[in-house]
Amino acid sequence: MRTSNPCIAVATMVLCPALMFAGTVSGKVTYTGTPVKQKPISMAKEPSCEKQHPTPVNTETVVTGANNTLENVVVYISAGGDDANAPAQAVTFTQKGCQYIPHVIALHTGQELHVVNGDQTSHNIHPMPKANPEWNKSQPPGAPPIVQKFDNAEFISVKCQIHPWMHGWFAVLKTNHYSITGDGGAFTLPNLPPGKYTITAWHEDYGTQTQDVTITGTETKSVDFSFKAKAY
Amino acid sequence: MKNSKPWKFRIGLGCLALGALCILPVSARDAPDVGPHPAQPLPPMESHIGHVTGHAKDGKMDYRRYCAGCHGDTGDGNGENAQWLDPKPRDFTLATFKCRSTPTGTLPTDQDLFNTLGRGVTNSFMPVWNTFSDQKRADLVAYIKTFSPRWEKEKAGEPLKVPTEPPVTIESIAHGKALFTKLECWKCHGPQGKGDGPSAATLTDSKDQPIRPYDFSAGRDDSRFKCGSTNEDIYKIFMTGVDGTPMPSFADTIQPNDAWDLVHFLRTLQVHRHSKENDILKAAGGKIPPYVEKPSEAPATQPPSGAAGGGR
Repeated sequence: MRTSNPCIAVATMVLCPALMFAGTVSGKVTYTGTPVKQKPISMAKEPSCEKQHPTPVNTETVVTGANNTLENVVVYISAGGDDANAPAQAVTFTQKGCQYIPHVIALHTGQELHVVNGDQTSHNIHPMPKANPEWNKSQPPGAPPIVQKFDNAEFISVKCQIHPWMHGWFAVLKTNHYSITGDGGAFTLPNLPPGKYTITAWHEDYGTQTQDVTITGTETKSVDFSFKAKAY
Repeated sequence: MKNSKPWKFRIGLGCLALGALCILPVSARDAPDVGPHPAQPLPPMESHIGHVTGHAKDGKMDYRRYCAGCHGDTGDGNGENAQWLDPKPRDFTLATFKCRSTPTGTLPTDQDLFNTLGRGVTNSFMPVWNTFSDQKRADLVAYIKTFSPRWEKEKAGEPLKVPTEPPVTIESIAHGKALFTKLECWKCHGPQGKGDGPSAATLTDSKDQPIRPYDFSAGRDDSRFKCGSTNEDIYKIFMTGVDGTPMPSFADTIQPNDAWDLVHFLRTLQVHRHSKENDILKAAGGKIPPYVEKPSEAPATQPPSGAAGGGR
């Protein structure tokens, strides 16, 4: 690609220094100790969901991978980052097979949340916030998505009371720099302009941990978190 | 001796005593046995119920005398009696209220809170406060609104519009029963509305306290719901939901006329209560016929069968 006008190239460098000199924080979340064993869920009371799972699914309070890696950890910039605006794109939270998919979602304050029912049964979506208004809505099969927003940052526990095994989390953040660990426990926070940051890792059962990191240029800083498994 | 004191000295003593009296109420406010107070001075919160305007400062004394024992001095629902109560007293600091005419997640109207005070809450320890004058109740409503900052930032939700109730017919009862099945009300309330559905045993409120679904079959002619006793009250309960409990709002999923049909069916679950719905059911032979969807209505679905039992 050839830049036809050198002025454009200069202007880009002046106006978007963040993109030109952006660092990355990446790492892995692991645990020590023995995590509580997750239990298989009996969906016998909801045959339309039970038949979607040839083998029963487990509870998801603590989901682990190979080499002691921990899943469903929200890693985000809790201080130092720009307090960016909410993205226009909505975040989708799906109910399928009487499970929340994914188990944890993260979204910006004020960002649209779409709750979708992909099941042949009614669900009630009941987030239990502390810093936001509490609501509770019924969603029968085939109903349009429920569209909601949360104005204040917090971790909100979500339940369906018709199917008491259904439990999930909304991580409402004041940043767009977040990553949720999946299989392998890895996370990446790209596009960080130079500066000092506080990185927070949150797990629904093991709590939060923070680490400070300084980005000076385009480097990738490695930050790992290790949670101590709760004994039950 | 006494009589020999100069009169100026006696006046001086009197002034001291008067002065002490003036100081007393001030120091009592700081006394440790009074309990915690909101640190800030009271915001000038008001409530408006018809032509009555309530003032928070005027409701404070009554709140502390009649309400704080359960709801707590700071309104957090942890009054000294709270540990003995089930269900727990409302936590006003969250501004989440069960009985509203407004959508789920929004603040109730002043009138909603005023009505709750006068009605009490069935199946709980909240008594009926209808011996209070309208002014006193309005003052209490204003005072309750000082416990959460939401009342300063947000307006009450837009009250639900309730259309005029259509006549009760055996068809409307039958359609209501089909909705009760389709919307899975029976999962918690049970096929006969006895509060014994498959999910009933696992229910907890938003503070993780076990909670029972409403048992429609209990009670006779005096039976009431948590948020009123009229057909319009039932309509509002399931359309707005009972916030803070597992009962969701159905406002997005039930059309207004369908909602009235559901109200008519719910009345027949109150088997021991005299009602026009039960009269019509009796006249129809005591059996709810299967609901047949009208051809004009959108996508034809099979009338649900089996899961929900009869209205008896």
